[in-house]
Amino acid sequence: MSAGVARAAWARIVAALLVVVLAWPALAVQPDEMLDDPALESRAREISQGLRCPVCQNESIDESNAPVAKDLRLLVRERLVAGDSNAEVVEYITDRYGEFVLLEPRTGGANLLLWAAGPLMLLLAAGLAVLYLRRRSRAPAPAEEGLSDEEEARLQELLHR
Amino acid sequence: MVTELGHFALVLAFFVALVQAIVPMIGAQKGWRGWMAVADPAANAQFLLTGFAFAALVHAFVTSDFSLRLVVENSHSLKPMLYKISGTWGNHEGSMLLWVLILTLFGAAVALFGGNLPPALKARVLAVQSMIGAAFFAFILFTSNPFLRLARPPFDGQDLNPLLQDPGLAFHPPFLYLGYVGLSVAFSFAVAALIEGRVDAAWARWVRPWTLAAWIFLTIGIAMGSWWAYYELGWGGFWFWDPVENASFMPWLFAAALLHSAIVVEKREALKSWTILLAILAFGFSLIGTFIVRSGVLTSVHAFANDPERGVFILIILGVFVGGALTLFAARAQAMEARGVFGMVSRESALVANNVLLAVAALVVFVGTIWPLVAEMAFDRKLSVGPPFFDKAFTPFMIALALILPVGAMLPWKRARLGRAMRPLVPALGLAIAVAGLAWAMQTGRSLLGPVGLFLGTWLVAGAAVDLWSRTGQRRDWRRLARLPRADWGRVTAHAGLGVAIIGVSGLTAWQQEDIRVVQEGVPWQVGGFELVLEDVRQVEGPNYISTTGQVGLSTVEGREIATLHPEKRVYPVAQMPTTEAAIDYRPLRDVYVVIGDAQDGGGWTMRVYIKPLTNWIWAGALIMALGGGLSLTDRRYRVAAGARKVPAGVAAE
Repeated sequence: MSAGVARAAWARIVAALLVVVLAWPALAVQPDEMLDDPALESRAREISQGLRCPVCQNESIDESNAPVAKDLRLLVRERLVAGDSNAEVVEYITDRYGEFVLLEPRTGGANLLLWAAGPLMLLLAAGLAVLYLRRRSRAPAPAEEGLSDEEEARLQELLHR
Repeated sequence: MVTELGHFALVLAFFVALVQAIVPMIGAQKGWRGWMAVADPAANAQFLLTGFAFAALVHAFVTSDFSLRLVVENSHSLKPMLYKISGTWGNHEGSMLLWVLILTLFGAAVALFGGNLPPALKARVLAVQSMIGAAFFAFILFTSNPFLRLARPPFDGQDLNPLLQDPGLAFHPPFLYLGYVGLSVAFSFAVAALIEGRVDAAWARWVRPWTLAAWIFLTIGIAMGSWWAYYELGWGGFWFWDPVENASFMPWLFAAALLHSAIVVEKREALKSWTILLAILAFGFSLIGTFIVRSGVLTSVHAFANDPERGVFILIILGVFVGGALTLFAARAQAMEARGVFGMVSRESALVANNVLLAVAALVVFVGTIWPLVAEMAFDRKLSVGPPFFDKAFTPFMIALALILPVGAMLPWKRARLGRAMRPLVPALGLAIAVAGLAWAMQTGRSLLGPVGLFLGTWLVAGAAVDLWSRTGQRRDWRRLARLPRADWGRVTAHAGLGVAIIGVSGLTAWQQEDIRVVQEGVPWQVGGFELVLEDVRQVEGPNYISTTGQVGLSTVEGREIATLHPEKRVYPVAQMPTTEAAIDYRPLRDVYVVIGDAQDGGGWTMRVYIKPLTNWIWAGALIMALGGGLSLTDRRYRVAAGARKVPAGVAAE
């Protein structure tokens, strides 16, 4: 395919897609979604940053541009305007979308293990380290060993080169 | 034709790897010099063959050979040349080929620079290195062959993922792989030492430069990835605790621990078995990282190939190598008795504390990363572990590390008195407290994060300065610094770099400002001491995308002009994907980060503006850390070791 033909094909693609482009989903929070009350809006942002967009990979609904994230952002704001507390909003969403949407996992049940893993491993490692250090600080100083025959030979070789 | 030759070279390299994995190992066991000597030419041949195969694939991408399935799926004739080349590794098959290319590169480097190694150790190291190579050659040839042809080639390709069409990301994977795979050398040395049952100061001295090199590359690779995420993803985050990011971060933490424990082996003949274990774990986590990315068990934006068959194959490789090495370790670790004696308070114990904190921190990241998988399989709970968890669970370890680091660096070997080591650090502590107090007084919100971060960062940088100052001796003779070993300069530089990075992270996290609004062209608005005006918006056509480009004037509130910024919104029609190209005014103390959004029905555009304080310090800190590693790498004791090689090689010409 010659460059000219490629260019022509490209121009057609561009023309066809310009229409699509203008309707492309918008990025993250939009001004028209935002609440007029700054205190309420900042609570909404805080909540959104802790909720995962259900169809995205590791993005919060605050960052995501997926349509479902927009729906959730609006839902969060709706609940806030209706007078819910932050915890109630989060509960409202998790009741409908499951605990999958919580970016900060709950502490209950098996998750205790997750949250305790760090401190537990630290205790274990620190304990082992202290045991090791005590052993090293009490060990007798090693007797100075002479060189092995092989090492002696190598030393002579180096010295007399 | 070139493609077929490349394919053939890859198959040949696989067989050479098999030979190199077996013959030198038997030779070392039996003491047969001739069999051991097979390793060197075999390592070079492997590298040349794999290099040829890789060059053949690059050639196919550069010439847009659309008879190759891989090129069709990941390239396009209109793509800029840079991304045609980087497209070679911007996909699963090509990136695995790059992976083994780097593996064989390190094998050849060991053959080249390892002249002063005892022949048996060298033969074993190269044999182990080649076993890893053989496993991955098999992986590529049987599950991920990049050289497959199509029966009916299309006229043009499907283009590379537009997010990857970026100079930062073009060179991010090679650096990351140099780091990941560089750790294989430490692994091979560890396994060879276990087979020999002997670890001494010389062993540690051989392992350390390889680990340092790997760590430097990992540091640069991670920093590049983080910078890319910052300017490309459109809201200026620099770290997301994404599984793929964690996959590169865990080996980095283990490599950092290994660097420090190898010093204890080298200087004091202690911590031997722990160092061996760390070397196994560091590469083990590189393999786990490869598994996570390639298998897609934990999906993420970066994982461009998700295939269960490939995942299982890598899991088997992981099981065989890490399992085998750990079994060997369990059997042989007892033989590595420690010799050095030291007190509870000493440089040695500070390095042990460093290792405890780094290793546990890495394991916390690991547990957090795989927890969604564990919870789903074992407890039937579908859940997410996101940034809030990692921020809370990981940060305390880094705070503890930063607190003890300057003290530990000042402690003498063997036996130390804490008070005496602390005394020179008092000015550093005072300075750190003053900076934190100033930050506390000047900030508007009452958050602890910023002041604490600034305290730790200043403490580290000032502590590194005191460390250097203390090397001038009793008479404060600055000329002594010129004669200071490079390793000391490296240590001081890297520690200061960590401080700089901590200042950047905490400054950005604590004091970022954000503004989202609808803006009319020509109507100025103010954000945190800056005035912006959207002067113009136009449609621009790029080589393989179309762009909506805004022109934004940035000035101070007083009206002094600072810069003109061009934020873009691009659409790549072939891949059907939009990307945002933020316009950033980079300055040492703050970035102004401008993103253009959509046209509004009522006229005007959505604009997002962020003021991001101290952001560049994050990457500057990473680069300073890497520079410190580089200084340490050029230390005389490694050069002496390298020089010792040249004499016998030149005379005997084996």
